[in-house]
Amino acid sequence: MKKVLTTPIQDEDIASLHVGDIVYLSGTLVTCRDEGHRRIVAENIMPSLPMDRIAIFHAGPIVKEVEGGWEMVSIGPTTSMRMERYEKEFLAKTGVKLVIGKGGMGTKTAQGCKESFAVHAVFPGGCAVIAAEEVEKIEGKEWPEFGMPEAFWILKVKEFGPLIISIDTEGNNLFEANKVTFHARKEEALAKTSKNIVSIGGL
Amino acid sequence: MSSGEQETKLIAILGKFIDIVSKELPDDVMKKLTELRTKEEAPLAKAIYDVMFDNLDRAKKLNRPTCQDTGVIQFFVRSGSRFPLLGKLRSILREATIAATKSAPLRLNAVEVFDEKNTGTNVGTDVPFIEWEIVDESTNVEIEVYQAGGGCSLPGRSIVLPPLAGYEGAMKFVFDTIVDWGINACPPLVVGVGIGTCSTSAAKLSKKAMLRPIGTSHPHPKAAAMEKSIEEGLNAIGLGPQGISGKNSVMAVHVEGMAHHPSVLGVGVTVGCWANRHGIIRLDEHLAYEVVSHTGVSL
Ligand code: SF4
Repeated sequence: MKKVLTTPIQDEDIASLHVGDIVYLSGTLVTCRDEGHRRIVAENIMPSLPMDRIAIFHAGPIVKEVEGGWEMVSIGPTTSMRMERYEKEFLAKTGVKLVIGKGGMGTKTAQGCKESFAVHAVFPGGCAVIAAEEVEKIEGKEWPEFGMPEAFWILKVKEFGPLIISIDTEGNNLFEANKVTFHARKEEALAKTSKNIVSIGGL
Repeated sequence: MSSGEQETKLIAILGKFIDIVSKELPDDVMKKLTELRTKEEAPLAKAIYDVMFDNLDRAKKLNRPTCQDTGVIQFFVRSGSRFPLLGKLRSILREATIAATKSAPLRLNAVEVFDEKNTGTNVGTDVPFIEWEIVDESTNVEIEVYQAGGGCSLPGRSIVLPPLAGYEGAMKFVFDTIVDWGINACPPLVVGVGIGTCSTSAAKLSKKAMLRPIGTSHPHPKAAAMEKSIEEGLNAIGLGPQGISGKNSVMAVHVEGMAHHPSVLGVGVTVGCWANRHGIIRLDEHLAYEVVSHTGVSL
C-alpha cells in the first residue's frame, strides 16, 4: 500500500515515519531553493502564500508559458545540502512539514526537524520526466524577480514520489548514518586496494 | 551537394543526435544499469532502480530529456585531416547545439563567464566545449558528444602528488573524492582516473577515461588490473543508487595514463552520473553516418 501524505500535513501523519520509509505527496508543493531560503530567513520576508503544513521542493524547474498559465516541462531535485545553513530557521518560521530534495542534509537540519516536527525526504535524482508527470497543475508563482529556477512555483501534485524519508521527526538522519558507514568501509577498502596496487608490481 | 548544403545537412544530423542523446542512454550504460539493478536486494535500492528505469521508459515515450539538467554540451572530435568539412566543424557543432537546444528542448546551461549572465542559447565563450584529435590522411570523422551535468561535474578534481606518495597516494585521492563528493553526483557512477604530470594532463586523461565505453579495459595489463581493483574497492563501500546504500557504488572505473615527470605524479578524477549521456557518431566524407553508441536509433 502506498503511503500518501496530503497537505495540510498533520503531525500525526508524519509522527510514525522513520528514515528509509517511502511516501508520496498529494496537495501543495512549492519550489524553494537558495534565494527563497535567504529571503525568508536572512531578510525576514515571507511570501503571501501561507506555508503552514505544506511541502517544499529544492528544485529549479523548466516551465513553459502557455495560454492562461504555465506548463511543467521538467523538474528534478537539486542538492539539498546547499540549504543547510538556513533550513532549521526556515522550518521554525514557516511551519513547513516536508522538505524534498536530493542527497541528505546535516545535523543542524536534523535538529530543526526534531524541534519543528518536520521531515526531509529525497526524490531520486535524474528522474525529471516522472516528477514532471506527477505535477497536476502550476497554480501560481511568487517572487518572479528571482528568475525561473529560483522563483517560488506553487504546484499542485498528485502522489508525487517516491520520496525516501532521510530525516525523521526524531532527528534520525539516514545520510549522516550512511556517511559514517561509508567512511569506515572506505578505510578497509582503500587498504585492500592499495595493497593490490602495490602487488601489481612496478607501480 | 554543394559545401553549403553539406554544412546544413551535417548541422541537422548532429542536432538530432544531441537531441536523442539527452533522451536515451547509450547501450553500454543501459547494459550495466540493468546488470546492477538485478544485483540489488534491499527494497530501497530496488525501488530507486525501478524509478530510474520507469523514468527512462517515459522519457523515450514522451520524447523528453531524461534529466532536467541536460548539462553543458561537450564534443570530442576525432577528425580525419581530409574530412571535407573539418574547417567548418567548429561553427557546425555550435549550430547543432543551438538546434538541439530548441528541439529537445535542453536546459539553458551556458552562463557567460565574468558577466555571469545566462546566454539564453546554451552556447557561449568556448561552449560547446570541443577537444580535437586529427587523424592523418583519413576522410572520416568520429564525434563524441557528452552532456556534462552540474551534480556529476562537481566531484571532479586533480592533484599533483610528490613522488613518494606514489600510486598509493593516488588511490587515497580517488577514494576520498568518491566518498566525500560522489553521493550527490547520482550514483552508480562512472569514475575516470587520469595519471600524468601536471593537473591539466591528469584531468584531461581522467575525462577520456570516464568516456571510455563501459565494459572495456585498458590494454596494458597492469592498468587493467588497477581498474579492476579500484572498482572492487569502491563497490565494497556500497554507496548504492543515489547514495542510499546498496550493493555497488560504480558502473565502471577506467584509468588512462601517460609518461610522467620522475618527480611528480599528477592524478585526475572525473565522474559521470547514472544518467551518463554520451554518444558516438561516425561519418564519412559523403556524410553517410553510423551511430556507434545507440543501437536502433535513426536520426
Ligand atoms: S548528477 Fe546527473 S542524473 Fe543527477 S541531477 Fe545531475 S545530471 Fe541529472
